[in-house]
Amino acid sequence: MSKAERGNSFLLDGEEIPFDPGQTVIAAARAAGKYIPHLCWHPEFAPHGSCKLCTVKAGGRHFAACTLAATPGMEVENRSAELDDKRRTLLQMLFVEGNHFCPSCEQSGACHLQATAYELGMMSPHFEMLYPDRPVDASHPDLLLDFNRCILCELCVRASREVDGKNVFALSGRGIRTHLVVNAVSGRLADTDIDAADRAASVCPVGVILKKRRGFAVPIGKRRYDAQPISEDGGD
Amino acid sequence: MSDADLDTLLDRHRRDPARLLQILREAQDPLGWLPRETLAGIARGLALPYARVLGVAGFYSFFRTEPAGRYRVLWSDNITDRMLGSQELMAQMCRGLWIEPQRVSEDGLVSVAATSCTGMCDQGPALLVNGRAVTAMNAERVGAMVELIRAGAALRDWPHEWFAVRDNIRRQDILLGHQLVPGEALAAALARGADATLAEIDAAGLRGRGGAGFGTGQKWRATRDADGPARYVVCNADEGEPGTFKDRVLLSAHADLVFEGMTIAGRVIGAKLGLLYLRGEYRHLQESLEAILMARRAAHLLGRDILDVPGFDFDIEIHLGAGAYVCGEESALIESLEGKRGTPRIRPPFPVTHGYLDRPTAVNNVETLAAACLIARHGGAWYAGIGTANSAGTKLLSVSGDCGRPGIYEYPFGVSVEQVLHDCAAEHTLAVQVSGPSGTCLSADEFGRRLAFEDLPSAGALMVFDASRDMFEVARNFAHFFAHESCGFCTPCRVGTTLAARLMEKLAAGHGSPHDLNEMYKLQRLMQAASHCGLGHSAGNALADTLNKFRPAYERRLKSLEFEPAFDLDAALSQARQMTGRDDAAAHLANRGGQ
Repeated sequence: MSKAERGNSFLLDGEEIPFDPGQTVIAAARAAGKYIPHLCWHPEFAPHGSCKLCTVKAGGRHFAACTLAATPGMEVENRSAELDDKRRTLLQMLFVEGNHFCPSCEQSGACHLQATAYELGMMSPHFEMLYPDRPVDASHPDLLLDFNRCILCELCVRASREVDGKNVFALSGRGIRTHLVVNAVSGRLADTDIDAADRAASVCPVGVILKKRRGFAVPIGKRRYDAQPISEDGGD
Repeated sequence: MSDADLDTLLDRHRRDPARLLQILREAQDPLGWLPRETLAGIARGLALPYARVLGVAGFYSFFRTEPAGRYRVLWSDNITDRMLGSQELMAQMCRGLWIEPQRVSEDGLVSVAATSCTGMCDQGPALLVNGRAVTAMNAERVGAMVELIRAGAALRDWPHEWFAVRDNIRRQDILLGHQLVPGEALAAALARGADATLAEIDAAGLRGRGGAGFGTGQKWRATRDADGPARYVVCNADEGEPGTFKDRVLLSAHADLVFEGMTIAGRVIGAKLGLLYLRGEYRHLQESLEAILMARRAAHLLGRDILDVPGFDFDIEIHLGAGAYVCGEESALIESLEGKRGTPRIRPPFPVTHGYLDRPTAVNNVETLAAACLIARHGGAWYAGIGTANSAGTKLLSVSGDCGRPGIYEYPFGVSVEQVLHDCAAEHTLAVQVSGPSGTCLSADEFGRRLAFEDLPSAGALMVFDASRDMFEVARNFAHFFAHESCGFCTPCRVGTTLAARLMEKLAAGHGSPHDLNEMYKLQRLMQAASHCGLGHSAGNALADTLNKFRPAYERRLKSLEFEPAFDLDAALSQARQMTGRDDAAAHLANRGGQ
């Protein structure tokens, strides 16, 4: 008997999605091959709920699909005009709060933020740019940190803590001044115990944590989201 | 701070990472700021990553990771302080000290800046100097303070009356007029038994006084019934909502009642430890509260075998906050109690099952716990007979702004705004902001509404604005408050509050257009729908309310009925003018604004 037949299913934009008890809406959707836009969620890590791109509607209320437990029979609205409009605004917010110059970014074409903006048809940043001053950290021999692109998803924080057991990254500051810091009194990545092979070094969904001497190894035009949109690729 | 001093400090706090905020505060005292080496020493001593300690120090307004002046003056920047002239006084102070706001003077003597409401709205303009509350500032006091700072006088040699904080109780009812002696309510609860006491709390219909109005009995029962190796009572005294100061008065005038309420809650849910989370702005209360706790221990009202009941052990610890409004949200408060950044948790699970240290925790407002004492002593039926059907008992109101008698008013639930305005001697009232910036803005046609959960639920703040006030300035002040206090965790609130504050500046500068007003609504709807916690959900309320009810205050600032960019080409040339020392007509763009 399938999970759906046992009654463990919900409706996502009218389509039946089976789920296991305790599974979140986004995880069940992902398992069923359905895309709910997201940036801070990653199937390998516990839900975080900060980017709010996965905001869906159920029972007339808004929820982050990554922290919403699936329940039998619930009706979840995902890719409606209203929700995609909210998501576009959230993306615009992320674009204006950092310094995102896609044409000169090594991550262009493989960036979740850029790919999600394409998926949702974000045509302009809309808001006034905030142009924060965020110096890069090139101190480490194998890794470059370009904080200009940070979207504060904390995937590197979580990966370093939970997978690598190292705590290389953390957030400091508050509000719009929230920023990524590294675990060294000098403030330099070179003085931490990070290794290029760490999970934290490869988990960044945007272009903050880059491996040195690998730039443009895959040419523009042949990158992940050049081949297919993020909604078909799954985005994690 | 020397290594030996730091070791002593860490030992005093049992090297417990949950006490990180208390440790940072004490470590900061000698220098007024926290050098990286000090943070590294604390991290080593607590076996925490350095980045984690830096992250916590960087979160709270009252921790500084850059050199600070020997005197650190923070002016309370609530709209009520501004209405009493705080901005002019702060400018006077800066001129007197020859400094720019937000910067440390070149000689390292002093810095002057603004901070969120310090809870002295009934006796402003207020400020904090090196963490100590000062009230009733005026031009004369500013002049004298400037002299004392320049002379390097120790705070203990400053005039004592500057540090006086008055209770200003204007109307009392069953709570503020109670005649209970310490231990009386607790003895009644013990005589009745834990389960029967909980039944009385239920029968009383007591609901949380922080504003949300969740049933207190229901919360206590859920905490009692949850599995866990220990349970906790937390008293939320992080009274950060601008315009609210009732908990300060309760803790100043009736602390025994609050502590006794916590003890009764401990008995009902089976907790052995209670934690009072006191906002950093109320540090002046800490000493007297500790003295009351000592007296209660001496009287066997705290400690082991309380009132000779074998096995009834309960004690209370005070945790000081460090300047973060968001910690008034109960899960952020618990994170802060655990020595972390005050980021609200994902809920569910709720604190009643997964609270402090992931154990069952009842988080109650100061006023709720005080009211629980009255119920323990006089019974639920008596209490339920006061107020309205859905809102039993009385409510403390913090009244400030344009009125003759600002202060604390206790009324049975159901009192009309009109009645309060009459009693506090408010005249020509244009608007009342109920429950602070996150609450509701009422215009005159709504003053018949009643303060009760079924009409105007509220934590009890009423800021009064008379006809001379500009509601745009009120909303602008609130917009900056939320931008300053957003924790930064979720996108809509982190960026939305900043964009809203910048939009308000654009309008204030005369560059607004109707497009910007629509943008304001759009930001408000997004923050309300998609934010992670109540701060973000309500951050746009005051903007929407004032736009709906006082639209002319916005419209008269609009430059045109078409789109206007925030960018001002002539203003962008100001640096060039400054560098060349020119300010003549030819150094300005002609035809500004199409004239």
